[in-house]
Amino acid sequence: MQQATTQSGIIDTSYREAVREAIRDAIKRDERVFLMGEDIGRYGGCYAVTKGLLAELGPERIRDTPLSESGFTGAGIGAAMAGMRPIVELMTVNFSLLALDQILNTAATVRHMSGNQCGVPLVIRMATGAGRQLAAQHSHSLEGWYAHIPGLKVLTPATLEDARGMLWTALEDPDPVLIFENVMLYNMTGKLATDAGPVGIDKAAVRRTGRDISLITYGGSLWKTIEAATALAAQGIEAEVIDLRSLRPLDDATIMTSVTKTRRAVIVDEGWRSGSLAAEVGMRIVEQAFWALDAPIGRVCSEEVPIPYPSHLESAAIPQTPKIVAAVKAALGRP
Amino acid sequence: MTAPAEKPRLSREHMLDLLKQMIRIRRFEDKCYELYTQEKIRGFMHLYDGEEAVAVGIIPLLEKRDRIVATYREHGQALVRGVPMTTVMAEMYGKQEGCSHGRGGSMHLFDQATNFYGGNAIVGGGLPLSIGLALADHIQRSDIVTTCFFGDGAVAEGEFHESMNLAALWGLPVLFVCENNLYAMGTALAISESETNIQQKAACYRMASEAVDGMDVIAVEAAGRRAIHAVRESGKPYFLECRTYRFRAHSMFDAQLYRDKAEVDAWRKKGPIMHLQGWLQANQMIHPEDVPHMEADIDAEIAEAIAFAEAGTWEPVEQLTRFTYAESIFPANR
Ligand SMILES: Cc1ncc(C[n+]2csc(CCOP(=O)(O)OP(=O)(O)O)c2C)c(N)n1
Ligand SMILES: [Mg+2]
Repeated sequence: MQQATTQSGIIDTSYREAVREAIRDAIKRDERVFLMGEDIGRYGGCYAVTKGLLAELGPERIRDTPLSESGFTGAGIGAAMAGMRPIVELMTVNFSLLALDQILNTAATVRHMSGNQCGVPLVIRMATGAGRQLAAQHSHSLEGWYAHIPGLKVLTPATLEDARGMLWTALEDPDPVLIFENVMLYNMTGKLATDAGPVGIDKAAVRRTGRDISLITYGGSLWKTIEAATALAAQGIEAEVIDLRSLRPLDDATIMTSVTKTRRAVIVDEGWRSGSLAAEVGMRIVEQAFWALDAPIGRVCSEEVPIPYPSHLESAAIPQTPKIVAAVKAALGRP
Repeated sequence: MTAPAEKPRLSREHMLDLLKQMIRIRRFEDKCYELYTQEKIRGFMHLYDGEEAVAVGIIPLLEKRDRIVATYREHGQALVRGVPMTTVMAEMYGKQEGCSHGRGGSMHLFDQATNFYGGNAIVGGGLPLSIGLALADHIQRSDIVTTCFFGDGAVAEGEFHESMNLAALWGLPVLFVCENNLYAMGTALAISESETNIQQKAACYRMASEAVDGMDVIAVEAAGRRAIHAVRESGKPYFLECRTYRFRAHSMFDAQLYRDKAEVDAWRKKGPIMHLQGWLQANQMIHPEDVPHMEADIDAEIAEAIAFAEAGTWEPVEQLTRFTYAESIFPANR
């Protein structure tokens, strides 16, 4: 899998369009691939990701489903076991809870339980995250939770390249892969190579280099973290920013290389703090790089509360740039 | 309700009251739409425009002790049930004077005083909850009726079928009210269901059922009266399908690519308010000044609700982690 950077041209695009292009490309590339989910066809996708695809690719490849999350996720698992390469769209992580049994008890276990006779080459995409004032039932960030489960792979594309490139690589994977698209990223625009294509999914990426501290994050929080790093640079603090990209498996090597260099770390994670992915990353640093540390590891996570509706409370509940800046200063003992 | 009162009550006073309740919801929501475009109301907001006859036909028949479980499209249910318009509006604004302390917003209206159990934004999520409420009432030998509202889309969920079976199997006093507006977001009923006659699904659970024209508030009320009477007398569940239509977009983010304007226009002509108003006119039961009078009353109430919401206060950020446990067993930000 090579990063497609050959300069045949650059286009202005958005995260949403990049995901759409990835779906279109996968369906055209491989006749076994189809997408199914709620309101992906006639409605055009709840976040307009799949808009236009039904007309272009037809109902066999863009399959609208009833409101039956457990049923059609299970159907995706079965179809994958029988030789297809389905992409299941679960609208949002909030509704994935109705399919949790199929994901955890079937998709994640079948290879093991069958002694490697059956695998589930299925991709499940879903939107995740808070920030749109959708209140407690529509604002979960449970990707770290899914990363708890052996048998699954969990991806969190945060850039246009990854939104465009992770899907195909995930489809080629012999095991179930979950892709979490942060809702606040869909409108993000930027430049993308016209021949952008599949990207590797097994390495974290250093999005900014720095010597003073390692900021480890993923998904929607990446951009807030980069903003914090930029603000810190103006004050003479050079932060290194690591985009995990894959939450399971975690790329320990990239994390430890960075932390060993900077000797300090803050983890930024939109999941709730208790039992979070941030806790896992922090503990791995303790296990593998304890003697390199010059300060306690910091964390910026969501507060321990269901996400409230009012804007000011919602903002206060999830990681924000000023909190990241403050956590970095605390780790550096700076005022 | 003590008397079965099978016959519809057709007094002028009663008819005008039904009309007024429907217009009250309609005008309240028209205002909400406006307030949404002004960004006073945020997040997801789902309007009941076209479906008012369902809530207005059924909810006033319930006793104060009865319970209601609703969906995210529940402004109408809350208003008819008697949740004050002031606190509903404040909730839509996210102010702490709102009926859910501002924490829930449009999709999560709760009101203990009227036994209004929300505002559930997970499709089908309210159904098992209603089973539990009714189970408690059943165990405690009370004659309380729990009414659960849900859409045609919810019928495809496993939770719907599990709830139907449990209610029938255990004999629980639940009135299931399916608001069949023919669409679940952009998914038409025929794309969602192998059997599009939703009422028939009750039969395989051996549950009494009825389907009614949900655009005709008099018909809904008559059916609702039969249904509630049956549940209260027998303690057993009843399934009522109300065939209706949503005139507006699913939520404020819907481009409505999945249906023709002509289809919407045709349904608008059958709208529940126009329907009743026309019927009253044909039967000479309404005076020309009746509706303007109602509208003036309603507009005054709406103005008061907006003033209440505007004057409401934002909850201090220091209280962010409140309401997570009964008492704050965790210090804030722990
Ligand atoms: C479990 C679940 N899946 C998906 C959604 C997204 N969603 C919200 S409303 C809706 C349509 C529901 O339609 P219906 O039950 O007919 O109710 P209506 O909106 O028509 O009143 C969908 C798919 C959700 N809220 N919950
Ligand atoms: Mg519907």
